[in-house]
Amino acid sequence: MRWLIHEYDSEVDKIRPHVKLVDDFFKKHESKIKDLRFMAYLFRKSLLSMIGLILILILILVALFAPFIASQHPAYVRVSTDQGTTVIEERWDINFSQTLLPPSAQHLFGTDDYGRDIFSMVIYGSQTSFRICIIVVAISTFIGIILGGIAGYFGGIIDETLMRITDVFLAIPYLILAMAVAAALGRSIDHIMEAMIIVWWPTYARLMRGQVIAIREQQFVEAARSVGASNSRILFRHIFPNSFAPLLVEITLDLGAVLLVAAGLSFLGLGASPGTAEWGLMISSGRVHMFHAWWYVTFPGLAIVLVVLGFNLLGDGLRDVTDPKLRR
Amino acid sequence: MEETIVNATNLKKYFPIKEGLFSSTKENIKAVDNINIEIRKGETFGLVGESGCGKTTLGRVLIHLIPPTAGTLVFMGSDLTAINKSELRKLRPHMQIVFQDPSSSLNPRMTVKNIIGEPLKINKRFAGEELNAKILELLNTVGLDEQHMYRYPHEFSGGQKQRIGVARALALNPDFIVLDEPTSSLDVSVQAQILNLFKDLQEKFQLTYLFITHDLSVIKYISDRVAVMYAGKIVEYAPTKDLFWEQLHPYTKALLSAIPVPDPRIKRKHIHLKGEVPSLISPPSGCRFHPRCPQAMPKCSEAEPELKEFHKDHFVACYLY
Repeated sequence: MRWLIHEYDSEVDKIRPHVKLVDDFFKKHESKIKDLRFMAYLFRKSLLSMIGLILILILILVALFAPFIASQHPAYVRVSTDQGTTVIEERWDINFSQTLLPPSAQHLFGTDDYGRDIFSMVIYGSQTSFRICIIVVAISTFIGIILGGIAGYFGGIIDETLMRITDVFLAIPYLILAMAVAAALGRSIDHIMEAMIIVWWPTYARLMRGQVIAIREQQFVEAARSVGASNSRILFRHIFPNSFAPLLVEITLDLGAVLLVAAGLSFLGLGASPGTAEWGLMISSGRVHMFHAWWYVTFPGLAIVLVVLGFNLLGDGLRDVTDPKLRR
Repeated sequence: MEETIVNATNLKKYFPIKEGLFSSTKENIKAVDNINIEIRKGETFGLVGESGCGKTTLGRVLIHLIPPTAGTLVFMGSDLTAINKSELRKLRPHMQIVFQDPSSSLNPRMTVKNIIGEPLKINKRFAGEELNAKILELLNTVGLDEQHMYRYPHEFSGGQKQRIGVARALALNPDFIVLDEPTSSLDVSVQAQILNLFKDLQEKFQLTYLFITHDLSVIKYISDRVAVMYAGKIVEYAPTKDLFWEQLHPYTKALLSAIPVPDPRIKRKHIHLKGEVPSLISPPSGCRFHPRCPQAMPKCSEAEPELKEFHKDHFVACYLY
């Protein structure tokens, strides 16, 4: 907290110049820090958003440290489908004498019909889910921001053309498209991700366009133009930074939605190929054993519920924090 | 005759209302319709009129923030309607604008340093330490100091925000500044401070102002010449003293009779105008004021009166004179 003390011994600067650097940094960013602190304070006040944040942090940690958390090396558990030869070798690790064991100390969540440890599969499944969520949302956001931003900023015929294209994509039902893609290109997580990106980006494009149209009319944009700022400068320095708040909320909420859709597609047998540690797929293969092996569907189901809930709570919390009417 | 800085002839700005499949223009909002205006170097030119009469549009067209539909606009010897984009950009630093609402005219996600520094960076005037020094100098000019440099706009009061807006406009050493109702969103005591700041700056930097407002007492205080605008047209313009001494156009008379006087013993005759401000889409024929004018004649609805010089420098567009 040294930067708060205005007068201090200049000798200190000579001996330890880095102290001054740190002080200068805090002085320069004092407002930003205050702002972030205020946001953090608002966020902390709401219990539900904190729960959401904690759930998501746990998911991230679990996905990152899956090999250390999983109780046994996940025989047959494939993180990606492109592992080819290694899969066959690992099949030998499967213990058919241990199929459908109830939860115990050795198998926390029990085992499945091939004798695999469900706990390890749920843990490794977080990596698959996370990968799907992040990639689908990141790519659709990117496409949406660029197209929506251009449509909103330039307006006129460009806007009209881009928005009609968006409408075409909005008209595609994701389930049918995912089926078509799976049928044409083969069953794979990558393919359902492509299908989901195709149907997901129009939402972002529309949201972004609306934001940009609202902000384009603000006087600070006109002020920037009057000092001779170029279109790209106005877009990237003035319009985009001011239109991200609602987008951020949408992104967080969509991470959960994407996870649900991906799990649903896997459940229907369109996504992950059999044997992959994917929650939706696990529920799908567990449903025939639902009545005599409840743990098979319950734990992956719980994982989906917790993560989606986490993203939704976090999104709601972010919406409250970024809402300017609430702030000042 | 003093040097002219802005000279507009037959300036028009129509906003099209588009409808239908092929975006055909059905009607136009005639916000600025055939205006001739000439602003002299070093003066404060006041522009008054009711809300929605096109005065803000005129201000923006005059610095080519929005391109005019027709007419010529000569700024410091070059015709802004004829030159290309890069030449226009070179002229931008000479003409600046201060906006009405200081909170929406500052980017909420930029620090004061970046807001004021942006024009300098874009035009590559300064960099590094020099830039910082220049920003500080500008802040001092408008009465702010170093501690404000790294703050965000929401941390300031309305008056302070307006000062930041002024500092940004001053950054490029402009010759001509459009002040678009710069004081109307501030309270009275702050208004006075900002008005005095404008006066000081004008003296210091030899600035020319176009002062747009609906507040007549402010106009009386600050401007050298005044133009009265009604429904996209200028109906009267004269040196401030002359105008406040003698109003020729019936609209100006009504407008000036509405200035409140802070003395209850003075009884004055208010001129109450009937009706509404005419629609700018289909303005009345002839003189646009005739449906509300107490002295309207049959001729008024037939043809439009031209601006005539009634006294020296006192122009009016009315058939009464």
